[in-house]
Amino acid sequence: MAEKPNLIGWTCPRPLQNYPTIVLGHGSGGKMMADLIQHLFSPAFENDLLGQMNDSTTLDLTETFQSIPSNRLAFTTDSFVVSPLFFPGGNIGELAIFGTINDLAMSGAKPLFLSAGFILEEGLPMEMLGKIVNSMAVACKFGGVKIAAGDTKVVNRGHGDGLYINTSGIGVIPDGINISAKYARPGDVVLINGSVGDHGMAIMSVRSGLEFETAIKSDTAPLNGLVDSMLEVTHEIHCLRDATRGGLAAVLNELATASNVGIEFDEKAVPILPEVNAACEMLGLDPFYIANEGKFVVVMPEAKAEEVLFVMRKHPYGKDAAIIGKVVENHPGLVTARTSIGGMRVVDLPAGELLPRIC
Amino acid sequence: MEVCGGQTHSIIKSGLDQLLPKEINLVHGPGCPVCVTPLELIDKAIALASRRDVIFTSFGDMLRVPGSSSDLFAVKAAGGDVRILYSPLDSLKIARENPDKTVVFFGIGFETTAPPNAMAVVQAQVQGINNFAMLVSHVTVPAAIIALMESPDVKVDGFLAAGHVCTVMGYWEYEPLAQKYKIPIVVTGFEPVDIVHGILKCVRQLEGDRYYVENAYARSVIREGNRPAQAVIQRVFELCDRPWRGIGVIPQSGYRLRPEFAEFDAELRFPEIQSIETKESDLCISGLVLQGRKKPHECMAFGKECTPQTPLGATMVSTEGACAAYYRYGRYADANRRIDGDKWLKNPI
Repeated sequence: MAEKPNLIGWTCPRPLQNYPTIVLGHGSGGKMMADLIQHLFSPAFENDLLGQMNDSTTLDLTETFQSIPSNRLAFTTDSFVVSPLFFPGGNIGELAIFGTINDLAMSGAKPLFLSAGFILEEGLPMEMLGKIVNSMAVACKFGGVKIAAGDTKVVNRGHGDGLYINTSGIGVIPDGINISAKYARPGDVVLINGSVGDHGMAIMSVRSGLEFETAIKSDTAPLNGLVDSMLEVTHEIHCLRDATRGGLAAVLNELATASNVGIEFDEKAVPILPEVNAACEMLGLDPFYIANEGKFVVVMPEAKAEEVLFVMRKHPYGKDAAIIGKVVENHPGLVTARTSIGGMRVVDLPAGELLPRIC
Repeated sequence: MEVCGGQTHSIIKSGLDQLLPKEINLVHGPGCPVCVTPLELIDKAIALASRRDVIFTSFGDMLRVPGSSSDLFAVKAAGGDVRILYSPLDSLKIARENPDKTVVFFGIGFETTAPPNAMAVVQAQVQGINNFAMLVSHVTVPAAIIALMESPDVKVDGFLAAGHVCTVMGYWEYEPLAQKYKIPIVVTGFEPVDIVHGILKCVRQLEGDRYYVENAYARSVIREGNRPAQAVIQRVFELCDRPWRGIGVIPQSGYRLRPEFAEFDAELRFPEIQSIETKESDLCISGLVLQGRKKPHECMAFGKECTPQTPLGATMVSTEGACAAYYRYGRYADANRRIDGDKWLKNPI
């Protein structure tokens, strides 16, 4: 799989000379908006679907269903409000594409089409928007999806954080795949595809008031390729869930509740980068609660787990994959961890916003 | 008793207390700065943060601490300019960037946070940043130990002193206390292995019928402490009587700004907040918890009226608070098990 492209030095192919920033007129529905679409969005996302230029896009799935036996679609939506817009290892645009691709992949679906809605704040530098839109276009190619519909609105200065993006996505679920948060069964094992906490700590390291120097980068990545390779090994995967907000702890709690089972994991088995661990210690945060953008939890029968783990480790987004725990009959709805010194603790849902500790 | 909330957090998070022999009972001390900050100060902070002409800056975990009718998060949502900082010096940067507002920093904590807070005041004076002020509620550890030892209800056999506080202050201050109260005091770190080391030293003293100050955190602490840090505390702060949440006023237990720095005292800058007086909740027993007289799950409100989402007292808020640590790491389950056998496994609260 190709490395992520380097976007430094990208410039808008045909810059809008008169306006170095977004102004209210860009959302007016008039000529300025048409210019923005024609010069910025269309060249970046260029495809036959957007070329239809209708109020809604017609999606012809005949060929898709010929190549993938299926009669089910997966449909999802997500809004992205990350601040700052650019952070170590990625930006909001990439996140918006990969996030929705991943939500589709977590149902075992093959992602096909995305919509992209932009809420732009007056004053957003055009160059910044250009970079973000272009990296979205690259992310779409990387993840194998097309932008099939879009929308742009502009809000007054002070009414947005530069730029918000909403993406929705449609994918097809091949026959024979049945993945749901409800399907965890006692005896299943729990896997993760790599180190936890990278994205959240990368964001925190550049967030105003908390800046610290670190080499931590966001793990934002499209996970559909990795999921595909796992499903080639076996269709017997019970749950997949990406560990975004709330981190690993929230996902395990959600699965335990939805399936009405207990989950036990071993703290030492969960991969955590030393620099993420150090930053968490410094801020008084627990890495299990920190957000990820390229990590997901797998729940599946133990019998095939080693084989799936082998395939995951061969993939660039799964090279540090590990079996971290098991599903148990005891304490349904409750997640427990064996601590590094051999104690046990309950790992609850986070109470609210994660707050750095005082000392 | 482990003095520091950071140690309590580490003990409960790692499950260390479950692994200790039953003869050793860890009592959780009053060393959570968020927890001991009086309700009155929180209400004052809320009053300041609500002002249009103020940018209120604070360490993160103060934002969720409930005042008598609101918290700083709610103030923020209602339009107050409340910002989370990790270093108080960042307040000065914000003050420079916003000359038409007064930046008020919530200067709380033990001796650990006192040097950077003091440094922010010194720098504000040196750089002539007049639109900066501090709402000060600093407290000190030795005064708390004295208050606990003087209380007839507290039966502690030894103290694990807080490693970070001693990194700043050294441990010479504790030597007369160990002698006066005939109690072992062991300077202890925060990793589970540090805490076990501290416990070991404590137990050895008790078994040998000895009592003195020992350093089990030598990789960070020396007897004299950090002299330059102490000097900046001395320069900016002076000792004063301070109310502790849930405990009451402890004489000479806190720091306030010296008269030379009075211009940076938020309570003098905004005199109208001085009249704010507040009563603590009747249900909450955080005072007893902070004195080590009750364990969190012995509180009737624990896990019922009082949870991290709806805290009645500050000990349920900060991750260093004993109640929050018990709740978060599932000790409410233990509380239930005592009553209902193994039913908790099926019906956790």
